[in-house]
Amino acid sequence: MKDKLYEYLLMLGDNSMVLGHRLSELCGHGPSLETDIALTNISLDLFGQVRSYFQYAAEIKGGDVTEDSIAFLRFDRDYRNVILVEQPNEDFAHVIGRQFLFDAFHLPLLEQLMESNDEMIAAIAAKSIKECRYHLRFSSSWVKRLGDGTMESKIKMQSAMNHFFPFVSELFRETSIEKEMKELGVGADLKMIKEVFDEKVKEVFFESTLEIPQSSSRQTNGKTGIHTEQMGFILAELQYMQRAYPNMQW
Amino acid sequence: MNSTQNKNIQDLLREVTDPEIPVLSIMDMGVVRDVEVNGKSVLIKITPTYSGCPAMDTIATDIKLKLDEAGYDTTVKLILSPAWTTDWITKKGRAELEKYGIAAPLDETSDKHALIDGKRIVKCTNCGSTNTKMVSQFGSTACKALFQCEDCLEPFDYFKCLK
Ligand SMILES: [Zn+2]
Repeated sequence: MKDKLYEYLLMLGDNSMVLGHRLSELCGHGPSLETDIALTNISLDLFGQVRSYFQYAAEIKGGDVTEDSIAFLRFDRDYRNVILVEQPNEDFAHVIGRQFLFDAFHLPLLEQLMESNDEMIAAIAAKSIKECRYHLRFSSSWVKRLGDGTMESKIKMQSAMNHFFPFVSELFRETSIEKEMKELGVGADLKMIKEVFDEKVKEVFFESTLEIPQSSSRQTNGKTGIHTEQMGFILAELQYMQRAYPNMQW
Repeated sequence: MNSTQNKNIQDLLREVTDPEIPVLSIMDMGVVRDVEVNGKSVLIKITPTYSGCPAMDTIATDIKLKLDEAGYDTTVKLILSPAWTTDWITKKGRAELEKYGIAAPLDETSDKHALIDGKRIVKCTNCGSTNTKMVSQFGSTACKALFQCEDCLEPFDYFKCLK
């Protein structure tokens, strides 16, 4: 049970960490000062949530395990994030598209986790949800601005969504650990989250005058550790300091 | 715990400020949730404003330094529940924010009007006019949005309502 809870916490934390890392790559590179600050603030929120999840995970694991060792000293196969969040930034429409799809999943996820009978998970979710509401507000308003903007912004927004949609189904494909956590009242019910997600997507796409992509879904398995080559590049940068200077602290 | 000792600790905590808003004591910020005293050993429970707030580690260290210096043996514990809300900023804290140039958070409904509907209701900290517009929903730190006054042209931060 302890091991499974640990794995579940990694699933929750790794999504936020890898997405937070992708956003941090934009620090100083955002298309405008305003969006640069917004994206890095969202990144910071996500990393804050990661710390809470990993501090708790370290406590469960015991021994020498710390939040830092969990974050920086695992190999790619041990990361539990979905493939969606490791997708590269490409252009601003991609950054926004990826963010919106994740936020639209993240908010109902946290809503459910607030009711978790694991007190710590419930507390982290109650804290995070306040931040996530701002994230979704930001990303959905940009999807609308770009989708219902110029011809060029519309094409870019649509093509970003076409690229990301095949990765969406993984968010809702239940792994054995998620199933078990759900049944114990610790984890979330992905089916219920999907209903809220679909509603939100429909609403935002309609207002954005975008088409919901009908592309077939890909059989991705990031949650069980099967990642794309992107993960190697991410970890090379993310882990550099800890690998080069073991146990270094700021 | 005796009340002189308690008052002494409260006074010391009032001298610890948020490193990002140095006019604001952590007591007025509402991040100190509990103080437990047992002889010379003190347990202070604090809660973060935002999950990623980089100020929390500094605040925890500052509390420990301040109280240890006064002869206490201090432990600082970070708690997450109940989650912090801007309602916990004291009246004095709000006044100090404004003096510092940061508009204090509005109530939840007005906050939405200001941030989403673009209503001009946030008061300029420089001239007091409400003829202000939001420049960016995200400001210099996670807790703030950036505004500008259309009368005196002063740009200023608005502390977003967090419920
Ligand atoms: Zn003014």
